[in-house]
Amino acid sequence: MTPLLRRLRQDLFATPADGLVTVLLLALIGAGGFAVLHWALGQAQWAVIRANSTLFAVGRYPLDQQWRLWLLTALLAAATGLSWGMLRSHPRPDRGGSLWPRNDWMAVGMVALLSLALPSLLGLALPLQQRWWAIAALLLLLRWLAGRFGPLLPAPLKRCLPLGLPLLYLLGMVLIGGGLALEPVSPSQWGGLMLTLLESSFAILLCFPLGVLLALGRRSDLPLLRWGSVVYIEFFRGAPLITLLFLGQNMLGFLLPGGVAPERVWRAAWVLTLFAAAYLAEAVRSGLAAVPRGQLEAARSLGLSTPQAFTTVVLPQALRVALPSMVGQFISLLQDTTLLSLIGLMELLGTARTVMANPAFLGRNAEVYFTLAVLFWCCCAALGLGSRALERRLNPSTLA
Amino acid sequence: MARSPSVGPSPAPGLVTPVPWWRHRRVVPWVVQGAVALTVLVVVAFLLGNLIRNLTAAGLLLTWNWLGQPAGFDISETLLPFNAELPYWRGLAAGLVNTLRVVITGLVGSTLVGTLLGMASFSGNALLRGLTRTYVEVVRNIPLLLQLVFWYFVVFLSLPNGTAALQLPGVVLAKSGLYLAGFGDGLHWIGPQLQNGVWQAPLRLSVEFGALLTGLIAYTAAFIAEVVRGGIAAVPKGQWEAASSLGLSWWQTLSKVVLPQALRVIVPGLNTQFISLAKNSSLAVAVGYTDLYSVAETTLNQTGRAVEVVLLLLGTYLALDLFISLLMNGLNRLVQIRER
Repeated sequence: MTPLLRRLRQDLFATPADGLVTVLLLALIGAGGFAVLHWALGQAQWAVIRANSTLFAVGRYPLDQQWRLWLLTALLAAATGLSWGMLRSHPRPDRGGSLWPRNDWMAVGMVALLSLALPSLLGLALPLQQRWWAIAALLLLLRWLAGRFGPLLPAPLKRCLPLGLPLLYLLGMVLIGGGLALEPVSPSQWGGLMLTLLESSFAILLCFPLGVLLALGRRSDLPLLRWGSVVYIEFFRGAPLITLLFLGQNMLGFLLPGGVAPERVWRAAWVLTLFAAAYLAEAVRSGLAAVPRGQLEAARSLGLSTPQAFTTVVLPQALRVALPSMVGQFISLLQDTTLLSLIGLMELLGTARTVMANPAFLGRNAEVYFTLAVLFWCCCAALGLGSRALERRLNPSTLA
Repeated sequence: MARSPSVGPSPAPGLVTPVPWWRHRRVVPWVVQGAVALTVLVVVAFLLGNLIRNLTAAGLLLTWNWLGQPAGFDISETLLPFNAELPYWRGLAAGLVNTLRVVITGLVGSTLVGTLLGMASFSGNALLRGLTRTYVEVVRNIPLLLQLVFWYFVVFLSLPNGTAALQLPGVVLAKSGLYLAGFGDGLHWIGPQLQNGVWQAPLRLSVEFGALLTGLIAYTAAFIAEVVRGGIAAVPKGQWEAASSLGLSWWQTLSKVVLPQALRVIVPGLNTQFISLAKNSSLAVAVGYTDLYSVAETTLNQTGRAVEVVLLLLGTYLALDLFISLLMNGLNRLVQIRER
């Protein structure tokens, strides 16, 4: 018997009972897989996705302003390619210093395949398909350029490059919402995947500093800070998100002076932020608990002030430990944005509701939900993969 | 650079720059706390002031009289009898009972399924292990709300009705609900029967309840499976080897030796999952099951009493969470290993 066969036998047919379970499971998987394939290729009517792909992507964003979103997508692709190349061009001990590791070739293949296959599967017009090809080409070109010539850039310029990312975020806000000589587009016209990503990225970015402060407050020796943080955290963790969103939509108007309550989209974004901060604080707290007390004492005895000791010694270690659970919180935050559909926002699930209310697509629930599930699964799995890569990178045993 | 004047022997004169009084280690905490307290007070006073001013302007100052007025809406499915003439508080109570019903059955169901899944991830069968892993990865990366609407609109609402319904002895699953056999008048055992094209049975559960319960169990079970897996992994490998060298089977080893020891790791993790199940039950509104949140939303739309309704909702869910935590803490004390 070959080793492979022996291994298969040990894993799947060790005892008669095991063999029976294996056969039953194989039959189950076969039947389930066949049913899904039969449905997806035979019965499902994917026209509902094809006809509404723009709606799912950006909602009811005005047609004549959509060039701004194309520009933003191109800028994001450029930033991705640039940072990817710059990261790879720095030799690091955990990677053997290769500029093109095998994973990167797989990623390149994936980008190329997606940009070629998805637009045509969605039935986009040829000019739109070509735009996607151009965007993918831009990403890959900048990846190559930054990898090849990045190390030659002067050091001060390289240090300034990360500053481009927050600037890009602000620019994105301007491109989406208008202002600075661009025609304003009201938030009620934002929707689809764009709104989902906007709300979740806004909440993720802002809940991070708030969550760290709350975690530090909860572990502080000062009773007022500690109790204040505890009350905040437990209040937001004790209430279901939907009641908090409900509070934001119905009570915020009463809590602020008349007429200054922000748009519904922003109210929801702030509620998401405050909610996520409470959960993030607990993740950071577990990280802080993992840093030995001696670290703070050692930093203090070296003459660092308490804020210096926390920002340069304790927090970097704590955040590294807390990274997996923090990313877990970000993933559930991304999933929680679907709740915005219950308060009438047109994010992905809200858009899906309006699409299915269209008499032309009545009863096409399965196709729409299946597509959304695949989309969310890919986003969440990508975040999880990224987190594991970052964990490996920050692992002290591989940092020389 | 801060030097602590109050610790250690005083160093030679001239080595220490005098510390200004506002950076003294006795003063700093008071200054920091005072600043925080002032900020919080100002913010709270600002918000409360606005609240009172706006509520007065709208004529909606805090009052609870409206709870006694007739509700004017019906709830399709209740354990507490309710109709449109009864007051609002009865409607909210009926909603709360509906919430409790789905939470309690959900807790039991997801614990059972989750524990089985967690145990299956330690099976000797690689296919079973892989399938469990896949299930957990798929379910955890898809939003719960999406799963709930999928179960409701795609699975439960496409069930056949009438004679085509799925029939087992004593159980009928149709588009109009789940019908269970039970005792009718005078202790007769009555099964589901088709009368004029409509199923009748002593016990009927609506499809809304069924979809919500299935979705919550399928979702929470994936998380509980991870908790159980972590707990089992925390039991030293020697325990497995010792048990199997005593001749115990895989099932006996797991249920008699490993799982009881894993419980002390599992129970705190279960607490978190149970609380999130209780909170997630508020998503019932998406599948049309009238739970507490759903009744509260209708109440708010009819009365405009935003502040009172939100306070009631937050208070009730907080109480529910605390109650679950108390129970689980008691259970935790029971399963901790008592050392001599």
